[in-house]
Amino acid sequence: MRSLVSKARARARVWVGVGFLAIAGVVGCSAGDHPAERLRLATTTSTENSGLLDELLPAFRDATGIDVEVLSMGTGKALATGERGDCDVVLVHAPAAEQAFVDAGFGVARVPVMHNDFVILGPPSDPASARGGDAVDALSKIASSGATFCSRGDDSGTHKKELALWSEAKLDPEATAAGYVETGQGMGATLMQAGERGAYTLADRGTYLSYRGRLDLVVLVEGDDRLKNPYGIIAVNPERHPHVNRDGAQRLIEWLTSDDGQRRIGAFRVDGEVLFHPSVSR
Amino acid sequence: MIDSAVIDAIVTSIVCSLAATGIAAIVGAPIGVWLGRCRFRGRRALLVLARTGMALPTVLIGLLFYTLLSRSGPMGGAGLLFSRTAIVIGELALALPIVVALFAASTEALPSGLERTVRTLGAGRLAVFRTVLSEARLGLVVAVLAAFGRVVSELGIAMMLGGNVKHHTRTMTTAIALETQKGAFGASLVLGFVLLGISLGVNVVVHWISTPRRNVEARPS
Repeated sequence: MRSLVSKARARARVWVGVGFLAIAGVVGCSAGDHPAERLRLATTTSTENSGLLDELLPAFRDATGIDVEVLSMGTGKALATGERGDCDVVLVHAPAAEQAFVDAGFGVARVPVMHNDFVILGPPSDPASARGGDAVDALSKIASSGATFCSRGDDSGTHKKELALWSEAKLDPEATAAGYVETGQGMGATLMQAGERGAYTLADRGTYLSYRGRLDLVVLVEGDDRLKNPYGIIAVNPERHPHVNRDGAQRLIEWLTSDDGQRRIGAFRVDGEVLFHPSVSR
Repeated sequence: MIDSAVIDAIVTSIVCSLAATGIAAIVGAPIGVWLGRCRFRGRRALLVLARTGMALPTVLIGLLFYTLLSRSGPMGGAGLLFSRTAIVIGELALALPIVVALFAASTEALPSGLERTVRTLGAGRLAVFRTVLSEARLGLVVAVLAAFGRVVSELGIAMMLGGNVKHHTRTMTTAIALETQKGAFGASLVLGFVLLGISLGVNVVVHWISTPRRNVEARPS
């Protein structure tokens, strides 16, 4: 008799356990999903991986009470997320794609926020002799030398810039550059891979500076006008997606372009280096 | 190292995995027992389907639910994409076939006359069901643990449906992916071992609640 009772108790314990876990889980989920005011920002890996947003967003929260959820992805995916209405605002760096996004009615307007520049990186030994020339020259030399070049290959702003440079060099990298590889990953992962392989790559200076200590890569080409890297912010169009937090998006845009926001962007440093320059001049 | 973002990632991982596994166990138990104990047309096909479901790639589940839950998708009105609920939904799809297939396998191995015997003792449908579960207990516990292990360690669903939002949908695995991408291998390793520790804790607790106290059973009545 005792054993039957204890079996029944063990069974009951199991079911109580399973039921409790399910209920706790569901309660935990719904509790975690509804902060006070939520603003969803789709942005590039460079702004989050560099630590800039960790510096800016708490200050924005203090100023407005708005909690910003950051989706960090390539520029292409960030814009696509806005197109589908799955975020409220996008902060990206591909002016042509941003203009197309606005023209198609997905975004309200593009507002310049900040800029930095791209750099062409490579191993210190520079086997392709890419150092010193302009960006297009450097890519031609890398292609003809057969040296390894790591491309993002992920439709990000950096990838779009790189493809524009190849097309200006009148080269199809996949056909002509023997060492051309696509990592299909974010800027950080691509830098790490290029560093491991002793390869060339194109990176935004911000991400490069925050990874520099872990890489054996040096800047070979910089300062070319073609390597400018402007960041713009765009609110997702509420006419297209009525549920978006248009008001919150506007407050973020106004805050980032305000004196306070711009000053914080310019003051942000990694290892003493400025990563982003404010774009609003007063 | 262990800051509030890490605590949130641990909580999100545990909460989502337990919810998905718990729901999968409750929904999957009757289906698994039905497939394991009843003989009907199409049963083999369903078994093969459930077993194939155990090999569902997480990125495929992520992609399917992404398009469903997106604001531009058929279920977009609820605004569930990039929430913990979305992670639970995707992980449920991952856990359910495991629970069903393994429940079917462990109940199928029981003696074929079991239900008839219990019914002659006067048991109703629910009591028969509970007896089957009780007799196959060990296999069922392992099935639930296998589902939990799969769900808590997966990356694709949490990344695609959760979006790796700090403090909200960042899980242990997406945090590990992010730290690795940042080149912070030390932090990644620590997070990895914390995740393993959580799995150890869950297994210990489950072992405790699922094992009858032998000293009580052995005592003469």
